[in-house]
Amino acid sequence: MSLLELTAVELGKKIKDGETTAVEAAKEALEQIKRYEDLIHAYVTVNQEGALKQAQKVQKQIEDGTLTGPLAGVPMAVKDNLCTRDMLTTCSSRILYNFVPTYTAEAVANLEKAGAVILGKTNMDEFAMGSTTETSAFGVTRNPWNTDHVPGGSSGGSCAAVAANECFYALGSDTGGSIRQPSSFCGVTGIKPTYGTVSRYGLIAYGSSLDQIGPIAKDVTDCAVILEAISSYDKKDSTSIPRKDCDFSSALTDDVKGMRIGIPRDYFGEGLDGEVKEAVLQVAKVLEDKGAVVEEFDLSLVEYAIPAYYVIASAEASSNLSRFDGVKYGLRAKEYEGLHSMYKKSRSQGFGPEVKRRIMLGSFVLSSGYYDAYYLKALRTKALIKKAFDKAFEAYDVILGPAAPSTAPKLGESLKDPLKMYLGDIYTISVNLAGLPGMTVPCGKDSQGLPVGVQMIGDCFQEKKIIRAGYAFEQSQSYEGPVLTKQGRESR
Amino acid sequence: MANIISDETIEYVGILAKLELSEEEKEAAKKDMGRMLDYIDMLNELDTSQTEPMSHVFSINNVFRDDVVSNGDDKENMLKNAPECKEGAYKVPRTVE
Amino acid sequence: MSRQYETVIGLEVHVELATKTKIFCGCSTEFGGAPNTHTCPVCTGMPGALPVLNKQVVEYALAVGLATNCRINQYCKFDRKNYFYPDNPQNYQISQLYLPVCHDGWVEIETGTGRKKIGIHEIHMEEDAGKLIHDEWEDCTLVDYNRSGVPLIEIVSEPDMRNADEVIAYLEKLRLIIQYLGASDCKLQEGSMRADVNLSVREAGAKEFGTRTEMKNINSFKAIARAIEGERKRQIELLEEGKKVVQETRRWDDNKESSRAMRSKEDAQDYRYFPDPDLTPVVISDSWLQEIRDRQPELQTEKMARYQEEFGLPQYDAGILTDSKHMADLFEATVELCGKPKEVSNWLMVEAMRLLKEHGQDPEDMTFSPEHLAKLIQMVDGGVINRTVAKTVFEEIFAQDVDPDAYVEEKGLKVVNDEGTLRKTIQEITAANPQSVEDYHNGKEKAMGFLVGQTMRAMKGKADPAMVNQILKELLTKKE
Repeated sequence: MSLLELTAVELGKKIKDGETTAVEAAKEALEQIKRYEDLIHAYVTVNQEGALKQAQKVQKQIEDGTLTGPLAGVPMAVKDNLCTRDMLTTCSSRILYNFVPTYTAEAVANLEKAGAVILGKTNMDEFAMGSTTETSAFGVTRNPWNTDHVPGGSSGGSCAAVAANECFYALGSDTGGSIRQPSSFCGVTGIKPTYGTVSRYGLIAYGSSLDQIGPIAKDVTDCAVILEAISSYDKKDSTSIPRKDCDFSSALTDDVKGMRIGIPRDYFGEGLDGEVKEAVLQVAKVLEDKGAVVEEFDLSLVEYAIPAYYVIASAEASSNLSRFDGVKYGLRAKEYEGLHSMYKKSRSQGFGPEVKRRIMLGSFVLSSGYYDAYYLKALRTKALIKKAFDKAFEAYDVILGPAAPSTAPKLGESLKDPLKMYLGDIYTISVNLAGLPGMTVPCGKDSQGLPVGVQMIGDCFQEKKIIRAGYAFEQSQSYEGPVLTKQGRESR
Repeated sequence: MANIISDETIEYVGILAKLELSEEEKEAAKKDMGRMLDYIDMLNELDTSQTEPMSHVFSINNVFRDDVVSNGDDKENMLKNAPECKEGAYKVPRTVE
Repeated sequence: MSRQYETVIGLEVHVELATKTKIFCGCSTEFGGAPNTHTCPVCTGMPGALPVLNKQVVEYALAVGLATNCRINQYCKFDRKNYFYPDNPQNYQISQLYLPVCHDGWVEIETGTGRKKIGIHEIHMEEDAGKLIHDEWEDCTLVDYNRSGVPLIEIVSEPDMRNADEVIAYLEKLRLIIQYLGASDCKLQEGSMRADVNLSVREAGAKEFGTRTEMKNINSFKAIARAIEGERKRQIELLEEGKKVVQETRRWDDNKESSRAMRSKEDAQDYRYFPDPDLTPVVISDSWLQEIRDRQPELQTEKMARYQEEFGLPQYDAGILTDSKHMADLFEATVELCGKPKEVSNWLMVEAMRLLKEHGQDPEDMTFSPEHLAKLIQMVDGGVINRTVAKTVFEEIFAQDVDPDAYVEEKGLKVVNDEGTLRKTIQEITAANPQSVEDYHNGKEKAMGFLVGQTMRAMKGKADPAMVNQILKELLTKKE
């Protein structure tokens, strides 16, 4: 078996045991990137030399005993909206085509301390706005399971890289489902933790009150271990929460006896693909067989999450993205007449259509006369949604449902109708509004051979419950990646 | 479509957001925004009269920093990404008329 | 002018707080660094950087709020004010709109027409903008973010003022309170205190307010008076011509003594305020508020009363001394060193005030040390120098903070009380002025004074006057 097929934790153990080295692993991963990147295009930037240097340094530290953690020496990838010192960070946007941060995101810094080797920066929807990774200014990423399909988004590059063995794990970010939905489409596991668990310092903001960073990997074990490493109370992020219960790997037990699992009927109604439905309900069956108590219930308000989300996220984004103006960094238009023309031309050339669409919507809903009707209304809706979840979690430990209404759509299908694309976020979005943890675990394939993921949602700070449920379910199947051939590239 | 976005509105939003749109983009933006607002209007079905707006999900308060200087001169790093600079300052088109 | 008009003025006063670091990052607030040397990812709006609130900013804001009789919003929040301008690196300013930290306060002012309460609508915390430097050579603007993120409080008054005198009295009152609290040095010229003037006019007796304008860029008390007069006239002229006043922001040009609308078609004045999701609310508990209250320093009125009580100073003197925090600090530090409060008060009230007036300076501009003034007072008291010499020495202390000991030594200004020298000089003086001697003998007491004066002059003022008197009397009596 090739090194590449190992999970992050398995590889970490082999490196620790001296069966292989961080350098060897990095070389293999870089080789894999070289082999399949033309086909998949998961990366915006490959850190070829830096990764090897880092691997050598880390290997030494492993040998001299300074690095002992489970992730030491394991090569990984970082979504390109996380700042990395001295490494290009673009958010897959033209406006940041040349931006090299002088600081590193706290989550990445935490991984570096744990001995991570950064292979590169992964492609994404521009500024994390999109559900397919097609809004990237630097080209689409293809789904390793079928390169005619999208990998999902916005963390499509990270998920595709994990699925294609172009890294052992990756970091993503999730504002409305951007880790969970592409994880589902790519057949990998991803966690969006409770808001405030992972520092947002150095994460280029889209919707600040909704954004969270999380792990994407081959299995639940990896995700728990990675999440443990990136969680920290950070004084640089005022919304960071001090937690003492971040020993997530302690929840990796095959025991769901008595666990109360709620199946929201509203998640299985109209619009859900039949094959996805079947695969997800099968998960409930497996858990029930293992002793969990499964029950259907009505969550309510599900359809209101999407409009509320698009008001809040767009409003915050319109403000967050105003700093991209051609003054301090990034793209400045070559020709302009005066200051305001410089602003307008730089931003109009720098942002793609989806980003412009959301900035305009956000500016509008905050503008004079509309604030109460749209923005405050959305914040009130958010409060109602939170309340609905609070009520649900009085009865259940875990809410189980699909991560997306279908498997990965074909390239080019989604962008034709933005509103339709937004509707695809229906199962993931309310989790961000309520600040909850959510996880996607692969649970089968549809008739086209495309992966289906199950989403497990926990109450605030209850990551361990979803990790336990996910781990228990996972014991019933083994991880299976896509079979990659170069044919895709040759036939193109 | 219940929400009809006028040319003036798109023009105005362009000024607020500092975006310059081609005629084609403007037409598309009018259509997209109108459709989106129609969709958002669905929120009006909800009675929120008894609900306070929720900005933060968790009630965390009073996150403070002590008044201690922790940053030194990092000018070079700060200016590294500047499209144009001069004498240690960011250079922009003239602001005074 | 056929109709009578009343001017209605409200002020928005921005005060830079005296914190060591910026409001949302650990960069220094120190003045005068080379451009962008006090900057970091947070205060230059780098992507991914996040703000963390400086606790001292809240404490200063609360101190000012309590001292101006405000009510405190014990749950307050920060909002983003969105507008594009290069001095504002994020293109939004973090400020407070919906729940400002203080509201509904007042201060009392006194003008020629009596006492009056000026209402304070609210006080909110916010961040300052960077500095724009116009580069004539390349016809561009250079941006320096050293001031970006320096903490400000904005004190918004009610429209309670009616003329420039009241405005200036109000500003002086605020300045005094804030200086006493140590929350800011409040220097108008250096921009650590800035006032925007909201002004409207209405026909005398009218109930409704007229349309107001906001005037920015006013950098001195004199400019405020001129700006108010200029804008008042402009608005009245418009109304007299049957035109309307447009609600707008105007920029005062003190050189041209006129203002100009700052309007631009690219400037929508729609700030799209919303709560900053990167910052958490500030909850001010009763106990925290009590702590601030307990820590409030003595303010002017209390200090003035204490000076009368403790040092027996007249009310007028106590008033002058406490009218500037710096003056009061200097007074107390000097008294601490040498005692003699009345003597110290005299030096400050008479000599220091005279010199300040001559130089057109404010009490804040005094830079000499209390040690040197105390030493001077002790030298006079101990008869080391006389009063006349002491005044010249004080001028040197005032100008360049010289050490009076060393200075007197170096210039040879010590009192001459060597009897031989004095006797010899007086003999020469009496010999040269026989007429005066004779006048004295004829009972003209004035002649004595003349002879003393001549002696002092010959001794370059350094003679001990008591000894001169004594020896002169002795010599004149002998001649009898």
